[in-house]
Amino acid sequence: MQRFRSLGGLLLLVSLLAVACAASSPSVPAGGSTPTTTAAYPMTIDAANGNVTLDAMPTRIVSMSPTATEMLFAIGAGDQVIAADSYSNYPSDAPTTKLSAYEPNVEAIANDEPDLVVYATDTGDLQSSLDKLKIPALSEPAAATLDDVYAQMEQLGLATGHADEAAAQVSALKQKIQSVIDQVGDAGKGMTYYYELDDTYYSATSDTFIGAVLSELGLKNIADQAKGASSGYPQQSAEYIVQANPDLILLADTKCCGQDAEKVAKRPGWSDLNAVKDGGVVELDDDVASRWGPRIADLLQQVGDAVTAAQASAHASVAGSG
Amino acid sequence: MKHASRLEGTHLVAGPARPSAARARRRAVRWTVIAFATLFVAVVIGLFAGAVRISPVGIIGWMFGGGSLTDQQKAIVAELRLPRVALAGLVGAALSVSGCAYQAAFRNPLADPYLLGSAAGAGLGATIVIVLGVADVPLALPAAAFLGALGGVGLAYAMASTRAAGRTSTSLLLGGVAVASFLTALQTYVQQRNTDDLRAVYAFILGRLGTSSWHEVWLALPWVALACAVLLASRRLLEVLSLGDLEAASLGAHVTRDRAVVVIAASLATAAAVAVAGLIGFVGLIVPHAVRMATGASNRLVVGLSILFGAAFLILCDVLARTVVAPGELPIGVITALIGAPFFALVLRRSGGAR
Repeated sequence: MQRFRSLGGLLLLVSLLAVACAASSPSVPAGGSTPTTTAAYPMTIDAANGNVTLDAMPTRIVSMSPTATEMLFAIGAGDQVIAADSYSNYPSDAPTTKLSAYEPNVEAIANDEPDLVVYATDTGDLQSSLDKLKIPALSEPAAATLDDVYAQMEQLGLATGHADEAAAQVSALKQKIQSVIDQVGDAGKGMTYYYELDDTYYSATSDTFIGAVLSELGLKNIADQAKGASSGYPQQSAEYIVQANPDLILLADTKCCGQDAEKVAKRPGWSDLNAVKDGGVVELDDDVASRWGPRIADLLQQVGDAVTAAQASAHASVAGSG
Repeated sequence: MKHASRLEGTHLVAGPARPSAARARRRAVRWTVIAFATLFVAVVIGLFAGAVRISPVGIIGWMFGGGSLTDQQKAIVAELRLPRVALAGLVGAALSVSGCAYQAAFRNPLADPYLLGSAAGAGLGATIVIVLGVADVPLALPAAAFLGALGGVGLAYAMASTRAAGRTSTSLLLGGVAVASFLTALQTYVQQRNTDDLRAVYAFILGRLGTSSWHEVWLALPWVALACAVLLASRRLLEVLSLGDLEAASLGAHVTRDRAVVVIAASLATAAAVAVAGLIGFVGLIVPHAVRMATGASNRLVVGLSILFGAAFLILCDVLARTVVAPGELPIGVITALIGAPFFALVLRRSGGAR
């Protein structure tokens, strides 16, 4: 019995990985990219889940996606959100409830009498159940690129009557990201990184959203070497990580698994890695790292600062030895 | 009739055509030599193979105090590869010997180390620790898994030792099934209430050797060694117990007490293995059976052979786990099931066809 459960567990884990951080390229049409000054309801939105019609400006939004919650608050639609799922822990004034995005309970959602439900994954036939209850729903699936992020923010802006604010936020986000890229300049070229999802060395390749974002800095991902990389989230061998000797170790498992620079340094065989010796271990916020919301710019800034620091210390050690 | 008894309990010792004592001894020696040789070969392969290619000559040189390995290669061999081979061997030995013991003690060929609620208990213990967020407190996770495993078995034992249950091996098995279902349900409930930690919980449940260090080896070694020693010393007892309660009693065995000793020792080994490597299925079921089928030997010999072949089996499975998709990794539990099940079928067919 146990081994079947284990195999089932693997399947579940794999599907959760796919769901939680998915790289499946969602098609977020640019339907909402033109900012409108006065939202005209009823409107039809060309969304990932087809045409969604909104009769009036939604004022009772239920967000089943932590990323969507962050976006809605960022574009000034926070007041219209009456309930958010249990993982929507940001911003702090988000109306977090016990609603589970992994096992959505449609009755509990309907109980809040929403006029719009936003979700990232259609778990447990959520969409068709909402259809039956005639509750409009907007799918904003896991982004594959930064452009997907911008398009989703604009689409949410259009749907909630905050198109102008969304457009302003998107351009601010673009600027922030560009400024990190400019700050890093050529420092990231040729620098390697290992991105850690948990303390059993699951990683993310450049094919994933987070990998694509980090590629903007010119960094090379050591997980791209893994043949199993086709999944986007291969488990890395400790031997390989040690041999690859990455310049940066990006920890996206500080919350889930309590990892930090000190613990990484204590792992057997890791103490001599460049990243450990030169302070290149970066403690990221798991939540920001696994979402595709506006805070991604802060994460990029954190990594960008580490790249700059790592290059400075490399120069210092070259100067010291020479 | 002969075939029927083989199917119901392949471990039955008193077969009608028992070879002479001298032949049996020769066979025992032969298989012991083969088992040690297999383990040696497995260790060598385990040491030479890995995600990173390191020259075997260099590794041998390093072991004899010289050689041409870089510091990084030395770290990989000494800090990552060697402890991983050692831990795989320990865990494989522990699971196999406890499987062997359970099968004999309960006279049930389907008994495996996870049967009596030990895996479910360990899973619950680990899940609670992970969910409480204290998994990084030193020893918290292995200790919780260890206590959970022993607690599961203890509960099964308590259920089965009521007077109404009759204290038979069957009631113990049934108690184990009930306890396992209950603890698994509890574990699933706790886990579903805390889906944030799903990844950590599944990493545990799938079993892992990828993060082995000497720390885990030293943690498991005393318990596994103790359990192996007790079971090796009880190998005659296992043979007697496998005859049946009445027969064993008539041969002078204290059935209840003797079975308790065996079950406690086997559970200790299982708990230690689970605590350091998570749940790795199939090993405890297939290794003892494969040994019995291949050697046709009695439990007296199978206990020791299971330890050696079990260690070799898991070391080799782990070699596959870390090389097939290198530099990626495969979960060890998937390998043991994928390799184990067909291998088991093969042994079953061959031994069935041969006689």
